[in-house]
Amino acid sequence: MNPGLEVQIIAILVSLCCSLLGVFLVLKKQAMLSDAISHTILLGIVLGFFVVHNINSFLLIFGAALVGILTVFLTDALTKTRIISSDSAIGIISPLLFSIGLVLISQFASNVHLDMDSVLLGELAFAPFDRLVLFGIDFGAKSIYVMLLILILNITFIIIFYKELKLSTFDQSLAVILGFSPILINYLFMGLVSITAVSAFNAVGSILVISLMVGPPITAYLITEDLKKMLIIAGGIGIVNAVVGFQVASLFDISIAGTISTVTGVVFLMTLLVSPKHGVIMTLINRAKQKRIYILHALLFHLYNHEDTQIESEEASLKTICEHLNWTNKQLDKILNYAQKNGYVIMKDGLIKLTECGRRYTIQEYQSLIESI
Amino acid sequence: MLELIFSDYTFRIVALGTILLGIASGLLSSFVTLNKQALVGDALSHAALPGIVLVFMIIKVKNLELLLLGALFFGLIAIGLTNIIKKYSKVKFDSSLALVLSSFFGFGLVLMTIIQKTPTASQAGLNNFIFGQASTMLPHDVYLMLSISILVILLIILFWKELKIFVFNPEFSQALGFNNKYISLLFSGLIVLTVIIGLESVGVILISSLLVSPGVSARQWTNRLSIMVVLSGLFGAISGFFGTIISAISPKMPTGAIIVIVLSVITILSILFGSKRGIIWRQIKNKINNHKIIAYQWLNNSEINSLPIEALQFLTKKNYLAIQNNEYVLTNEGRKLIDYYKEAQE
Repeated sequence: MNPGLEVQIIAILVSLCCSLLGVFLVLKKQAMLSDAISHTILLGIVLGFFVVHNINSFLLIFGAALVGILTVFLTDALTKTRIISSDSAIGIISPLLFSIGLVLISQFASNVHLDMDSVLLGELAFAPFDRLVLFGIDFGAKSIYVMLLILILNITFIIIFYKELKLSTFDQSLAVILGFSPILINYLFMGLVSITAVSAFNAVGSILVISLMVGPPITAYLITEDLKKMLIIAGGIGIVNAVVGFQVASLFDISIAGTISTVTGVVFLMTLLVSPKHGVIMTLINRAKQKRIYILHALLFHLYNHEDTQIESEEASLKTICEHLNWTNKQLDKILNYAQKNGYVIMKDGLIKLTECGRRYTIQEYQSLIESI
Repeated sequence: MLELIFSDYTFRIVALGTILLGIASGLLSSFVTLNKQALVGDALSHAALPGIVLVFMIIKVKNLELLLLGALFFGLIAIGLTNIIKKYSKVKFDSSLALVLSSFFGFGLVLMTIIQKTPTASQAGLNNFIFGQASTMLPHDVYLMLSISILVILLIILFWKELKIFVFNPEFSQALGFNNKYISLLFSGLIVLTVIIGLESVGVILISSLLVSPGVSARQWTNRLSIMVVLSGLFGAISGFFGTIISAISPKMPTGAIIVIVLSVITILSILFGSKRGIIWRQIKNKINNHKIIAYQWLNNSEINSLPIEALQFLTKKNYLAIQNNEYVLTNEGRKLIDYYKEAQE
C-alpha cells in the first residue's frame, strides 16, 4: 500500500470511531468532556511510561484510559457537591491533570521522545512510519489495525448496549427505575471514549479528536432527530470530512489533522446555513413569510372591521391607513402589492376595498385565529 | 528566595507580568463562573491561534501588539459564531464551543505548517503561544500586559453594576433598560483581552484555568460579589507569583503548568475549607444544626423530667439544661433555642 492511501484509511477509521461515540457525548451534553479527556490522557501516557519504560507500548493505552475515567470521576464528584457547576468542574480538573502531566515530563522524562507538539497537534503524515511486522512480513501501518480494532470495539459496544445507552442518554431517572445502572454504562462509555481518544491521538493529535467527536454528530443533529439515523449520518459525515480534509491537505501540503478540523467546522457551518429544517436560510425565509402573513392579516382585519361603516373613508384610505396601523409607506406598498396580486383587495377611489375572495379569506383566518385561542 | 526577588531583573519582570495577569483574570473569573461561562475562555484561547499566525504571516516579524490584535479579532469572530449557532439551531452551547475551538485551532495549525514551508520566515516563538513560556517575556511584553490588565480592571470597575446585574439576572437588566447586547459584548471583549495577555506566559491550553479557578475558589469564602471579586483577584496574583518563583528555582519547570497547579491547590483548599460553602465547614454546620433540631424536639415535645436519661445528659452537655435542686431546668440558651425554632416554624 502506498503511504498516502494508508494515511487516508487511518483518517477515515479514526473519524468513524470518534463520530459514533461523539453522538452520545453530544446528546449527553458532555461535548467539552472530550476536550478535557483528550488533554488529561497526557498524564496517563506519562504515568504509563514510568511503569513500562517504553513509549510505544500498548499498555500506555490503559494508563490513558484510566486517567480518562479519573477525569470523568473527579468532575462528577466535584459537580455532586453541588457547589460547582459541571462546566466549572471541567475547567478546574482538566488543566490541573494536564499541568501535572507537563511537569512530570519536564522533570523526569525530558530526555525521552515524548514530543509535546506531536502529542497535542498530531501529525497524521507520520503514522505510516510505524509498521506492523509479523514473522518478517510487513502488514502495513500499525495504526490501521489499532483503529480497526477500536472501531469494531465501539460498534460492538453500541450495538450490544444500544437500548441502555439510549435510555441513560435521554432519561437517566427512568433508566434507574427500570433497573439499569446508568452510572455503570456511563463509566463504560467514558472508558471507551478515553481508549478511542488515546489511540486516535497517537495518530492525529488531541485537537482533531475533539473536532471529530463533536463536529460530525452535531452536523447530523441539524439534519435528523432520530438516534439511529443520527449515528449513520454522523458516520457518513465523518468519512466525508476525513476524505475531503486529507485530499485538500495533500494538495497544498499542509497539516492533515488541522485541515480535517477546519473542514469539519466548515461542513457544520454550511449545513447550518442550508439545512432544510432548521437552517439559517430556511429560518430567515420562514420568518419573512410569517411576518408578511401577520402584516397581511393586520391589514385585512382592519379593512373588514371598518367595511361599510361611516368612517370607512377615513380608515381605509391610502393616506391615513399608514398612520392608523403605524406603518411606513414602503411597508404599505409592499403588502398592498402582495394583497392585490393574490386578489384579496382592490383599489377604488383612493380607498382600499376587500374583494369577495378577500372577505372570505379574512373570515376564515379570523375564525381559525379565535379557535386557536 | 528574597535574593532572587530583589536581585534578578528577569525574574522581577516575569513575576510582575504573571501577577498582573493573575489579578486581571482573577477579577474576571468571578463574573465568568457566576455567569456559567467557564469553558468560554478555553474555546476563545484556542480560537485565537489562527489570528496570531495569520498576522505573523502578513507582517513576518514577532510584533506582540499586532499578533494580539489578530488574536482579539479571531476571538471575537469565534464568539460571534457560537452566538449564531445558538440562535439558529438547537445545538447545545458546549457542543458549539467544542466545535469552534477545534476547527479554529486546526485552522491555526494549517497556517503554521504554511509558515514552516516558507524559507524566509521562521515560526520562531509561535510555539510559545501554545504551551506558554513566561521566561521568554521581555520588558516590552510586560508593559503591554500591564496596560491591558489595567484596562481590564478599569473596565470592570467602570461597568460594575452593568456586569453585576447581567451576571445575576439578565432579564431584569433588560427590563431596567440596560442593553444586554452591549453588556454581553463588553463581557466577551473582556474575556478575549484577558485570554490574549495570558497567551504568551501561560499558553493557549492552560489560560482557561485562570478564568475559572480563582472565581470558584473565591465563591467558597463569601456571598458578596465585591469581596468575591477582590478575593479571586488575590488568588490569581498569589498563584502567578508563586508559580513564577517555583519555575525560576527549578528551571526546567514550565511556568504555565506550575501556575495552574498552585491555583488548583488553592481551589481544592477553598472547596474543602471555604467558610461559606466549603465541604468540611458545611458538614460541621449540618452536624450542629442536627443537634439543635434533636434538642428542640426533645425540649418542645415532652416534660423535661420525663425525658430518658441519655437525652438529659446530652442536653446538659450542650448547655440547654442545668441542674438546680436535683431537678433539670431550662437555661437561657435552651429557651432561646425553643423560641428560635418556634419562630422559624411560624
